Amino acid sequence: MSASTGLDSNCDQAFDQRNLDWYIDKAVQVLVFMGGISAIIFIVGIFLFITKEGIGFLFETLDFEEFFTSPYWEPSDEDAPEYGILALMAGTASVTGLAMLIAIPFSLGTAIYIAEFATGKTREWLKILVELLAAIPSVVWGFIGLTIMNPLIIELFDVPVGLTVLNAGIILGLMAAPIMTSIAEDALKAVPDRYREAAEAMGATRWQVIFKTVLPAAKNGLLGAILLGVGRGFGETMAVLMATGHAINIPGSVFDSVRALTATIAAELGETAVGSDHYQALFTIGIFLFLITFLINLTADLIVRGIRKS
Amino acid sequence: MDNQMFAATKLNQKNQRTEKLVQILFILMASLLILPVLVILATLIVKGGSVLSIDFLFTDPTNGMTEGGIFPALLGTIWLVAVALIISVPLGIAAAIYLSEYAPDNWFTRLINLAIINLAGVPSIVHALFGVGAFVVFFGFGTSILSASLTLAIMTLPVVIVSTREALQAVPHSFREACWNMGATRWQTIRRVVLPNAVSGILTGVILEVSRTAGETAPIMFTGAVFFSPFLPQGIMDQTMAMSLHLFVVSTQVPGVPENLPYGVALVLIGMVLLMNSVSIAFRMHLRGKKKW
Repeated sequence: MSASTGLDSNCDQAFDQRNLDWYIDKAVQVLVFMGGISAIIFIVGIFLFITKEGIGFLFETLDFEEFFTSPYWEPSDEDAPEYGILALMAGTASVTGLAMLIAIPFSLGTAIYIAEFATGKTREWLKILVELLAAIPSVVWGFIGLTIMNPLIIELFDVPVGLTVLNAGIILGLMAAPIMTSIAEDALKAVPDRYREAAEAMGATRWQVIFKTVLPAAKNGLLGAILLGVGRGFGETMAVLMATGHAINIPGSVFDSVRALTATIAAELGETAVGSDHYQALFTIGIFLFLITFLINLTADLIVRGIRKS
Repeated sequence: MDNQMFAATKLNQKNQRTEKLVQILFILMASLLILPVLVILATLIVKGGSVLSIDFLFTDPTNGMTEGGIFPALLGTIWLVAVALIISVPLGIAAAIYLSEYAPDNWFTRLINLAIINLAGVPSIVHALFGVGAFVVFFGFGTSILSASLTLAIMTLPVVIVSTREALQAVPHSFREACWNMGATRWQTIRRVVLPNAVSGILTGVILEVSRTAGETAPIMFTGAVFFSPFLPQGIMDQTMAMSLHLFVVSTQVPGVPENLPYGVALVLIGMVLLMNSVSIAFRMHLRGKKKW
């Protein structure tokens, strides 16, 4: 009996690999795991902190019905401050909507051209150009809206103000298009070549191959690209702040100035005292923005994951 | 008779016409997307070029920011980017190593990926609110380079994670297996085999992050960047000016700025960003040509 336990412990010692390297390996595993979960910690942290700053107002002062249905945003009125984000939502929606009207056809068209028609050097250069376009900072886009688009719109359409839904919509469309193009191009590239070959073997022309075979197969990825573009437009701040005219208004046409949800926070947070109703109301808008973009990203991710599985 | 058999039918001709038309349409769309931007860039270069000089880069703004240069903003952006990189690069590389080398394919890993996607998708102004609520108020860092850089680091973390993960996954699995067979631990394999083979890919991602960080405005507006500061920052607890915010200020907040000055600021900012991106792209292409496997 005792002999056999002795043998066991000898074996254990012989095969015990727990030297310094083993401990380092374990330590690193813990360290990189902490890095891995940091993304989760941050996203939860963002939600907790903006909720913490806005929660007092959210549950005590705020009238939800007024918040979503009143077009009056007058938080600095001392007697009767009003917190209605309807006009701000209309501003964000109109600008994002127009931007998507511009960006969807152009980005899908460009993606199809890059993925299906262009070859060799042309393709490489187009991809590089699209990537560089995506890198232009949003404050530069806002500056372009302010200084180049503004006089252009006034002159072309003979209107008194050029900082309008039209201006911000075009700027935002140009901003979102490069990102949508590269995601859409990835989706088109993910369609196996054998689909195209099969269609070509049946005598289909290039256009027929694209329209009847490639596009239906890439449908989910393209939808994901559009959704990410919407999310991007929705959350854009500086460009919208500078190009919309920043006037609280439910737009009747593309030549009206509006104000966006994001731009309101950017313009007013600096003037408010920490903890005041106005400060908390801005954080409440932040919670709203966070939840909406979270939903959009989640949906886009689920749709794109759908194609990977099939 | 024989030739007639192979001649194009009416249907063939129609198809060929559509084909040509469609191709022209797509070329048109691609160029309509790119041309306006090239025109805009040309305008920036023409108008901004006239104020650009060595003096412009290395002197302080004077006379209520209507004259002089941009030196404090330039220096401030370098501070912000450097501190943000010190925070996000190690963290992002650790996260990417975990996701590429350790993470099992389960719900928890999917949750991490979802968090990364959302971190990239949350509006920049919400990141700014988080920065104010967490770093400025809760942790008491005040409006400082530290608060602003922490906010920027968290916002751009997905850029480092995604590009590093791609670089790590581009290293063939057989390299790792060969190393494990020699009795190396996981970490020894990563440090001696995987990382050396991925280091240039990681660097490409880091350069990309520099460009992203330098151009951001909203996240630093309330966390550490100020409209004007008479002093250069001495440490991470100081406030600073920044290029992106300076462009916003001189083009919207200051009256009486000469027309070309903001163009000059915009040109320097966009030049910095595009230069970084071009370096990153050139680096990537060079790598692709060099790859041995």
